[in-house]
Amino acid sequence: MNKLWSLVFLPVPILCVALFAMAPGKGWWLPDNVSTFGSRVDDLFNLILGIVTVAFVATEGILIYCLYRYAGRGQRALFVHTNHSLELWWTLIPAGILVFIALYQFKTWRDIKVQGKFPADVAQKLSRDEPDVEVLAGQFEWRIRYPGKDGKIGTLDDVISLNDLHVPVNTNFVLRLRSRDVLHSFFLPNFRVKQDAVPGMTIPVWFQGTKEGTFDLFCAELCGWGHYKMRGRIIVQSKASYDAWLEESYEEQERDMAAVKTVAQTKTEVPQ
Amino acid sequence: MSNAALPGDLAGHHDHAAHDERGFLTTYIFSTDHKVIGIQFLFSTLIFMVLGGLLAMAVRWQLAFPWRDMPWVGPRMFSPTGGQISPEFYTMLFTMHASVMIFFVVIPMLAGAFGNFTIPLMIGAPDMAFPKLNMMSYWFMWPAFILMLCSFGVEGGAAAAGWTSYPPLSSVRSAAPGSLDGQTLWLLSLLFVGMSSLMGSINYITTIVNMRAPGMHFFRMPMTVWSLFITAILQAFALPVLTAALIMQTLDRVLGTSFFIPEGLVVQNISAGAGGGRALLWQHLFWFYSHPAVYIMILPAMGIVSDVIATFSRKPLFGYRPMVYSIAGIAGLGFIVWAHHMFVSGMDPTLAMGFMVATMLIALPSAVKTFNWLGTLWGADIKFTAAMLNAIAFVSMFVIGGLSGLFMAATPVDIHIHDTYFIVGHIHYVLFTGSIFAVFAGIYYWFPKMFGRTMNEFWGKVHFVVMFIAANVTFFPMHILGVGGMPRRYAAYESARLEPFHDLNVLITMGAFTLGVVQIVFFLNFVYSLFFGPRADRNPWHANTLEWTAPSPPPHGNFDVTPVVYRGPYEFASPEVPEDYLPQTRKLDGGGAAPGH
Repeated sequence: MNKLWSLVFLPVPILCVALFAMAPGKGWWLPDNVSTFGSRVDDLFNLILGIVTVAFVATEGILIYCLYRYAGRGQRALFVHTNHSLELWWTLIPAGILVFIALYQFKTWRDIKVQGKFPADVAQKLSRDEPDVEVLAGQFEWRIRYPGKDGKIGTLDDVISLNDLHVPVNTNFVLRLRSRDVLHSFFLPNFRVKQDAVPGMTIPVWFQGTKEGTFDLFCAELCGWGHYKMRGRIIVQSKASYDAWLEESYEEQERDMAAVKTVAQTKTEVPQ
Repeated sequence: MSNAALPGDLAGHHDHAAHDERGFLTTYIFSTDHKVIGIQFLFSTLIFMVLGGLLAMAVRWQLAFPWRDMPWVGPRMFSPTGGQISPEFYTMLFTMHASVMIFFVVIPMLAGAFGNFTIPLMIGAPDMAFPKLNMMSYWFMWPAFILMLCSFGVEGGAAAAGWTSYPPLSSVRSAAPGSLDGQTLWLLSLLFVGMSSLMGSINYITTIVNMRAPGMHFFRMPMTVWSLFITAILQAFALPVLTAALIMQTLDRVLGTSFFIPEGLVVQNISAGAGGGRALLWQHLFWFYSHPAVYIMILPAMGIVSDVIATFSRKPLFGYRPMVYSIAGIAGLGFIVWAHHMFVSGMDPTLAMGFMVATMLIALPSAVKTFNWLGTLWGADIKFTAAMLNAIAFVSMFVIGGLSGLFMAATPVDIHIHDTYFIVGHIHYVLFTGSIFAVFAGIYYWFPKMFGRTMNEFWGKVHFVVMFIAANVTFFPMHILGVGGMPRRYAAYESARLEPFHDLNVLITMGAFTLGVVQIVFFLNFVYSLFFGPRADRNPWHANTLEWTAPSPPPHGNFDVTPVVYRGPYEFASPEVPEDYLPQTRKLDGGGAAPGH
């Protein structure tokens, strides 16, 4: 009976490993990667997953073996307090592995996030203060601003799109992230991109899409009751269709603006 | 009697209140006795655990059956609007679930209940160094309880900015319904909790430094005392920062200061005030406390588990000193890892690399502790009591919680899993299957000492097995959801890509409900044993530490005579005596054969 108790602990590691093994087949896995650095993030994820699985199975295995082997054997336990070389080895080996894991992340992190290490064209656009787009997060929408004919963001001819972020494929894309009210987080699961939008700060984000298609844009930082609704789409398209879309949106907006201007004029004329 | 060797053994002395002349009120309500205060903390936190658990079940209902009427409860709570959970109510549910569980259950349960009850008994002191301060630390919890409960009833409802309460969502009144008066009450409530903890920690440090029994050197203290000692130091240094941050946010809300509100902020078309502050400042201040708080919630659990495992392995704790150094290492490193919660917050990304290295290193002492627990079990003579099963579950599940932490510590990987269900799974593996299993281990273990009666082992094991399975069904699939990119704190998942994950959400909810319902078994066992459990003698588990030399339950003043300590706390299976345990107080003459009995 005593030995049976050790078996209570056995199903957990088995089922845990089994769940991870079957997850990709059921579609319960990392979203399809469609960015250049996404696969590097995934490789690091898989590396850690490998190390962790070995450590997990070994630890649980030893634990369950001890429980089974030494369960109520009615024999006096060993009278030992410690073992210096054992302590030394099981401190040094994990320490080495952990430091390795940490240092191994540096390059990928720098390339994705640290401004000084951004690709040259990205750095150039940022230094000229001419990002491809500005994303202004607000409760509970993504307001996306493309430069109009003047190539500048923040002028009257900007093209504004709500919740739909269009980007050209195979091009480094730079955006300036801001928030209008509370914290939000710009999360593109398929691109392995996440960056909080902070009111009072302007934060650069860059990525390069490698596949055409429409993917999720989530808000990943609690921003109020409508947080779950603050979803947008990222539409990756060929350079030509991206340019066409931008041109068309610009024209459309100009037409609407013209109408607005006319209305404004007639309104100001009425009282006179 | 099995305790013939104990000094001044008073056979059959059970009538714990008989000898002192204090009235009912000063004995049981406004008591300065550390044991009564510990039990008061225990009862209060168990009640709040029920509340926190119900809030969690409501969260799970919504996630498995989005926008469906809650059966029975729903119509009674929201009769005019039907029985479904509204999105704003959902944000309150998870905010209050976490706030209640962290600040009213896990911290006061480990530090307040177990800290108070065990420290003087385990170091051989008659009481705490400052008994009145101790009483005050408990009674400071009551304004906190009342303010937090009242906040559900104010206009706009309870706080809804998450337990992390990030401004501007929390500090600007127009940002969320819960950011009306609910958030102010939340802040005031936490200020009281903080002051209560601060008083407790000063008291613990003083007591442990000054009031150890003769012969109780630092390195003869049980791990429970060591862990509570280091936790108290951690709290004493970290809490002032949280207190300052809470006051700053309160001022932002009520006096119109702008510590955390940037210039020109307009929320829902209402100006948020003068501005000029920094939203990120709060995150730094908050995590400077709240990351150490994660260790405040796990270190005492590790201490309790070490004592329970050694006792029921009938074997000395393996690597006592490395265990102590690991706790100190976790506490020290705990102060320089806070920004790992902020890798994608907008903080300078270069800074993140330093915090990543420190965070990876903090996994090391945890690993060392796990190996030493395994070392303790190796060659042991294991007794599977309810307490022991819960302690082993802690070790087995803490491994998962610790290893999943490595994914988040790695900055590039954290980009993807940050603020997803992976984090939710991780924290619940540490705090639920970690701390809460240790709490149950501690309750089963010290119940005889607390109340002079023993809990029913059979029902204790039933409770354990169901809880162990249900906890894993609930929390393990969350990792998968997070890998899939499912963000946390969403009231519903309406993206086509997240559709396949719905089955897992239903499974998790079934686990969570089982977890809630099985606590009824524990509750009945606890209450029944309180009144009708079999009487316990002084040392029912044949353990070595000092609390087992006092009567069960110990009278006011604890010990019949001041105990004298001759050895460390874990001398099980010692060849010097025929029994397999050797209490710390037992004097052996010249190392020769001890008198048997």
